[in-house]
Amino acid sequence: MGDLIDFSQFPDANGHFGPYGGLFVAETLMAALEDLRDAYARYRDDPEFIAELDRDLARYVGRPSPLYHAERLSREWGGAQILLKREDLNHTGAHKVNNTVGQALLAKRLGKTRIIAETGAGQHGVATATIAARLGMECVVYMGSEDVKRQSPNVYRMKLLGATVVPVESGSKTLKDALNEALRDWVTNVDDTFYVIGTVAGPHPYPMMVRDFQCVIGREARQQVLADFGRLPDALVACVGGGSNAIGLFHPFLADADVAIYGVEAAGDGLDTGRHSAPLNAGRPGVLHGNRTYLMEDANGQIIETHSISAGLDYPGVGPEHSWLKDIGRVHYGAITDDEALAAFHELCRSEGIIPALESSHAVAYAKKLAPTLRSDQLIVVNLSGRGDKDIFTIAAREGITL
Amino acid sequence: MSRIATRFAALAAAGRQALIPYITAGDPDLATTEALLHTLVANGADVIELGVPFSDPMADGPVIQRACERALATGTSLHDVLALVQRFRRQDAQTPVVLMGYLNPVEVMGYTAFAQAAAAAGVDGVLTVDLPPEESHELNLALVEHGLDPIYLLAPTSRDERIRKVAAAARGYLYYVSLKGVTGSAALDTAEVARRVEHIKTLVDVPVGVGFGIRDAVTAAAVARVADAVVVGSALVSRVEQLAATPERMHAEIGGLLAEMRRAMDVGVATA
Repeated sequence: MGDLIDFSQFPDANGHFGPYGGLFVAETLMAALEDLRDAYARYRDDPEFIAELDRDLARYVGRPSPLYHAERLSREWGGAQILLKREDLNHTGAHKVNNTVGQALLAKRLGKTRIIAETGAGQHGVATATIAARLGMECVVYMGSEDVKRQSPNVYRMKLLGATVVPVESGSKTLKDALNEALRDWVTNVDDTFYVIGTVAGPHPYPMMVRDFQCVIGREARQQVLADFGRLPDALVACVGGGSNAIGLFHPFLADADVAIYGVEAAGDGLDTGRHSAPLNAGRPGVLHGNRTYLMEDANGQIIETHSISAGLDYPGVGPEHSWLKDIGRVHYGAITDDEALAAFHELCRSEGIIPALESSHAVAYAKKLAPTLRSDQLIVVNLSGRGDKDIFTIAAREGITL
Repeated sequence: MSRIATRFAALAAAGRQALIPYITAGDPDLATTEALLHTLVANGADVIELGVPFSDPMADGPVIQRACERALATGTSLHDVLALVQRFRRQDAQTPVVLMGYLNPVEVMGYTAFAQAAAAAGVDGVLTVDLPPEESHELNLALVEHGLDPIYLLAPTSRDERIRKVAAAARGYLYYVSLKGVTGSAALDTAEVARRVEHIKTLVDVPVGVGFGIRDAVTAAAVARVADAVVVGSALVSRVEQLAATPERMHAEIGGLLAEMRRAMDVGVATA
């Protein structure tokens, strides 16, 4: 199935991945999206733009990120060898900066002076505030007031970087509501403002553009595993909220039919409890935030509240390309509960000396289940999308520890 | 000819402009909305835009966001809204009703099932805020097949090429969003709106209504001088929010504001 499709041809000119994706926004934003689409089409192959992006990724972000062979963990799990793609070692501590560096260069070329962003866990907000500081642009970050509470270190980081953080009190007060509010800001200030979306969702061209910027993860991983092991990996594992770290790792391997690919959603308290954030596992297709994709919704098409211990996965939708990859069967999407993610978090801390983000801990937990089903000469690349410093207060509170 | 086209033709023949109030269905409950629909008609509404509540109203300001939250808190669904229109139709066979909302509830019901049910209930037009013509082909087919008018938005940012494209898909009327922003935003610049609407009318054949930021009779009259219709939403919805506990006052104030707009539009145009 996967080997008959030319994945580089998606999305189509109107932003569709099969029935998913597209351009579902109010008329006021259409001109801005057309401008962005045209600008991105012009610069994505422009040697000068690419050179500037590569320079920033190398010298500011610190790329390439290492592919680290977690030998002790692999031995303990007793199966495939675990290779960690260390996006946690990027400047700002997560993969998010790969995208904000790219979008900021576009914003500069479009002559915009103001940058806005939505954020859940705060990683994308920090990465946006970082790049705005560097370019001397005004930066406003929308964040659900629930997330402001559970991610206070990142809120402070954004403020240190000069950004204005606006707590959003509407709806469920999480990432989806932050996105609504950012869209409202953009509609109002569309002339001078560039909206830096943090994941592979939203109206075309965002899912494609963010994917392209994040594909540096998969391109590097591919070269690194070939250099270190002389062959491609047997499996890839990454967590999926909106899905930008996952698509970044997966996309350069989609045409390699022998590479099994696993996306991991947040099962929260469990898929059967209804308290989770797993639209691909337990949702159905609908339209939200500019694209058609799998959603968590009720029988009347209202978006329902989601739950995950990880703020970065606490979102009722998912990038449209993931919806398509699920339907065509190229990627298998599983789910990991809060408790399983926490256990994996501790395991990685103690066996490898790496404190992973709670988001990434979902991928680690899934790899733990997958590894024993493979031989010890097989390879699993796990995307360690972010570091866990931001989560220590959440974890301490859950475990009854006062810091 | 559809009920909307008939209404606009009659208004044009009389040299008048349409007054189009918006309220959110189910805010704070369906009985209140049903009573309000008749108050709107009694005070000069020519067409009614009835909001279908959605959990994530991205193009709406705080007033209509809260209206959606109140409506959803009492469980208002798209089915309930259609049943409401059906009850309204039993008493009012003339006033066109346009459903205004977001795509997902329609998507879940299914385009054909929705178009069928809406037509049967007596709905006349459907304005789907987050559905530009690029994505609306399939829903448009279903709507037109069932005699419903697809209504579209135009914005200050719409370029000529887009205005023509949107107009090609639209029936009934076009809704020009008078400012860059969400519903209920700050007061609009009537001179700028006049300039834009005059330009749009050179490009399209359907009537052009103007909304967003119209909250008093003076602005309504100014807009009526250049547009074919005046849409008022947040100014009414904020009165529902403040006065729902005292229904008599709510009906009096909402009816009063609408009647005042109606008078100002008629006088303002006559003396212009």
